Amino acid sequence: MPIEYLGLSEINGPLVVLEDVKNASYDEIVEFRMDHGERKLGRIVEIYEDRAVIQVFEGTENMSLQNTHTKLTGRPMEVDLSPDILGRTFNGIGEVIDGLGPIMPEARLNINGLPLNPVTREYPRNYICTGISAIDGLTTLIRGQKLPIFSGNGLPHDQLAAQIVQQASLGGSGDEKFAIVFAAMGVKYDVAEFFRRTFEESGVSDHVVMYLNLANDPVVERLITPKVALTAAEYLAFEQGMHILVILTDITSFAEAMREVSSSKGEIPSRKGYPGYLYSELATLYERAGIVRGGEGSVTQIPILTMPNDDITHPIPDLTGYITEGQIVLDRTMHGQAIYPPINVLPSLSRLMKDGIGKGYTREDHQDVANQLFSCYAKVGDARALASVIGEDELSPLDKKYLEFGNAFEHDFVGQGPNENRTILETLDKGWELLRMIPREELDRIDTKILERYYPAESKE
Amino acid sequence: MAKTATIYGVNGPVIYLKGDTGFQMAEMVYAGKERLVGEVISLKKDMTTVQVFEETTGLMPGETVKATGDAISVTLGPGILHNIFDGIERPLGEIAKMSGKYISRGMSVDALDRHKKWSTHVVVKAGEEVHGGTIIAEVPETSSIVHKSMIPPDLSGVIVQTVPDGDYTIEEPIVVVRTGDGREVPVCLAQKWPIRIPRPVEKRYPASKPLLTGQRILDTLFPIAKGGTAAVPGGFGTGKTMTQHQIAKWSNADIIVYIGCGERGNEMTQVLEEFGELTDPRTGNLLMDRTALIANTSNMPVAAREASIYTGVTLAEYYRDMGYDVAIMADSTSRWAEALRELSGRLEEMPAEEGFPAYLASRLSAFYERAGDMQNLNGTEGSVSIIGAVSPQGGDFSEPVTQNTKRFVRCFWGLDKSLAYARHFPAIHWLTSYSEYLSDLAFWYKEEVSPKFVDDRNQILAILNKESSLMEIVKLIGSDVLPDDQKLVLEIARVVRLGFLQQNAFHPEDTCVPMRKQFLMMEIILYFYQKCRELVAMGMPMSVLKSEDIFEKIISIKYDVPNNQPELFDAYKKRVDDFYQNVLKKNA
Repeated sequence: MPIEYLGLSEINGPLVVLEDVKNASYDEIVEFRMDHGERKLGRIVEIYEDRAVIQVFEGTENMSLQNTHTKLTGRPMEVDLSPDILGRTFNGIGEVIDGLGPIMPEARLNINGLPLNPVTREYPRNYICTGISAIDGLTTLIRGQKLPIFSGNGLPHDQLAAQIVQQASLGGSGDEKFAIVFAAMGVKYDVAEFFRRTFEESGVSDHVVMYLNLANDPVVERLITPKVALTAAEYLAFEQGMHILVILTDITSFAEAMREVSSSKGEIPSRKGYPGYLYSELATLYERAGIVRGGEGSVTQIPILTMPNDDITHPIPDLTGYITEGQIVLDRTMHGQAIYPPINVLPSLSRLMKDGIGKGYTREDHQDVANQLFSCYAKVGDARALASVIGEDELSPLDKKYLEFGNAFEHDFVGQGPNENRTILETLDKGWELLRMIPREELDRIDTKILERYYPAESKE
Repeated sequence: MAKTATIYGVNGPVIYLKGDTGFQMAEMVYAGKERLVGEVISLKKDMTTVQVFEETTGLMPGETVKATGDAISVTLGPGILHNIFDGIERPLGEIAKMSGKYISRGMSVDALDRHKKWSTHVVVKAGEEVHGGTIIAEVPETSSIVHKSMIPPDLSGVIVQTVPDGDYTIEEPIVVVRTGDGREVPVCLAQKWPIRIPRPVEKRYPASKPLLTGQRILDTLFPIAKGGTAAVPGGFGTGKTMTQHQIAKWSNADIIVYIGCGERGNEMTQVLEEFGELTDPRTGNLLMDRTALIANTSNMPVAAREASIYTGVTLAEYYRDMGYDVAIMADSTSRWAEALRELSGRLEEMPAEEGFPAYLASRLSAFYERAGDMQNLNGTEGSVSIIGAVSPQGGDFSEPVTQNTKRFVRCFWGLDKSLAYARHFPAIHWLTSYSEYLSDLAFWYKEEVSPKFVDDRNQILAILNKESSLMEIVKLIGSDVLPDDQKLVLEIARVVRLGFLQQNAFHPEDTCVPMRKQFLMMEIILYFYQKCRELVAMGMPMSVLKSEDIFEKIISIKYDVPNNQPELFDAYKKRVDDFYQNVLKKNA
């Protein structure tokens, strides 16, 4: 019979302090019960002899120093899982909120997970066709990858993520099982609703698990939400052998919540007030993507983060970029020109792309085409800068060609409809169409043999 | 009897013990029921602070902490190569066997296999006098490397007993040494060494030999010496890891220690897979056979990340003592610095710049100074070269880790975002990078490559510098208005950039290029430049020169001339001459 403690000795923001506790362990979950019957959960974040600092997930509203009964559970935060969680909706700490009754747990797992041993990982090589040219062609998504979308407020990152989910032929051959785990951290109600509706309309609702912590839900809960979601993802992937796509939105809210808790704990801040362990915390989320050798399933992550003030050097996108395997960067200027998806390809990157494309995966010319498009588009920037100084008319004929190429590239290659689903071959052929606008001797990134084969072939048609 | 103490408080990876425990600084301890490995980092009369190398979830005040009596150290012996360890030298392969796909806590595994029998050849005889570093036995550790077991540095005396050649485990005594004070000490194949203390050496040599990497921009423009230090800073996506992989694959070091410090799990898996298949061009053996990996990925405990750098450099020093040239790839030192910051924050120390502790600079210098070309205690010569990646926040080189690293390294390979965006790889920028080793290595280049080498290298760099100042003008008024001799500089610089600096890591010929070819490529570009200059001086317009395909031909030399056929360059020289005559004839 666990002891129940009455009263607290301090309440400060989301943190409470309990004194004279016995046998409390670090990271243990505690239950609070208030006099009027309300229940809350908390986690021990610091402990000195008999004094425990506890983080309250649901916020400390209604708690007082006298009326609170605290009970230690003796175990770290765990979540109930079973294959039946597919199609269900939970709150930020993994409790059912869709009114369809509790799930019968087949497993209870620690949400902190454990690091995957690099020895047992399998290097990801299978590409996921998303039907979006800028992604498939230039920043190919690989199964088992973590590829975040760096966006800004007001940019269509949600729409893009939804399109990826709808079009991604995740299963490859039809008989493989796939599912989506969706974790919302501090997002607006409308955003969560948009995703729910999209999943419904595309008929994948049965394959979606949703963990929702909305903007008006308790802040501390947000720190738990992605961990719960990833634990569910790992369970479905590695225990049930499914291919899981995890969408985490918005990482910025997660980091903000961490800063809030850290400052109420009185910790020494590092960059911009974020705690020194921001990198480690983000890494424990992102590194939970991957494939296990010999296993069937995989976890692919698409975290979405809104860059504060569109600043890619802000600590959150910056640290994320150092952990994830590339990034897709959305751009406000392109959005302003009504280009959808407004992907700025130059800073976008997929680190795993090189091993998942080419002969045997997509087509032999893929890498060369991608390199050449990048290189040509980088020159477009120079030509534009020059044109803004001396005027377009004064440009050399070659620079003019680059300008033309740049416009076509942005509108026809990057730009596409929100429901347009292009095959990889269509994407590559479109790439060649654009490259033919540039004189052949300028194409210095393409192997001569591939150039001979693809450059002239279709220009005759 | 080992000392014990009681846990008083837990805060993330830091735990506090009550009272004067009698522990020593840097002593290794086991914390709690699960025996989590930790290290003592501060001692006060009423409190001892310990950093724990594993997740502390579940630790409670009141649990016992046991001291081991030893400083945190690594086991050195055969079995290190072709292996992958975590930050405190626990083999990940063994951990996988015990705990499956995840790394669980409190795993008690031996650093090296204690049961494997190594075929040992004993090289000392009874009666011989030995001192620290004397080689006592040779073991073929992998197909490429002969492991030489040595007398530990702090021991000397006379051999009183040896075993015959045969198969022994790392713990069986090979020789017995009688010390000056009459003690008899058995010495086996393995020994221990604390990771924070550099292994002693006889003396340090000045840098004189280059660490060849097969990468043109490094070997020719910004070379690093064996025993040298280099930093590779760059924002994310600029190719730090690629550069390190390339050096690890192709450099002429005997042994590579690759430290994945706070980086991605998939990257370590990739190294493991790739190096397990690729062969070393010099020996024909597997690359893994000369490589030791230390993987402390970003989601593994932060304190072990801090230790991983020291573990790596200690392993490297051990092989250096055998007389090998070792190169350390540390990817990335910024993660290590951040681990320092994180721990320092938990200890509530006064932060200096950007939250980093004030001792960041002294720790960095202490690490980089462990590199060097040394005369070992046993008289052999070996070197440790350190190539550290730096991940500056926001790609801004003015942050503390980059700036402090710059003070202690002599080679700086600055990666550039705009080059990476244009997919110019390696994205090492020729204007921000430098190497202080060039003058040290000038003699080697003169003797081994060509007396003209350094001169040619300077000319190439001059062309690139001239291009950059011309580009300032071009940005304002366009290139059409430049006079022809300046246009020529731009064209030649383009040839240098595309044909020489850009190197394709995925092309079988281009991924690693021998010095001879690098030199001949420079020669042909400079010869071509000279001929073009003559033509321009005679009044030939650039447009005429450009109409010939020789520019593109020279750019694709890197693909078209195989590495082992330098004689083909003669044909290119003839081509340049033909081009010269052609232009003259056409425009006579």
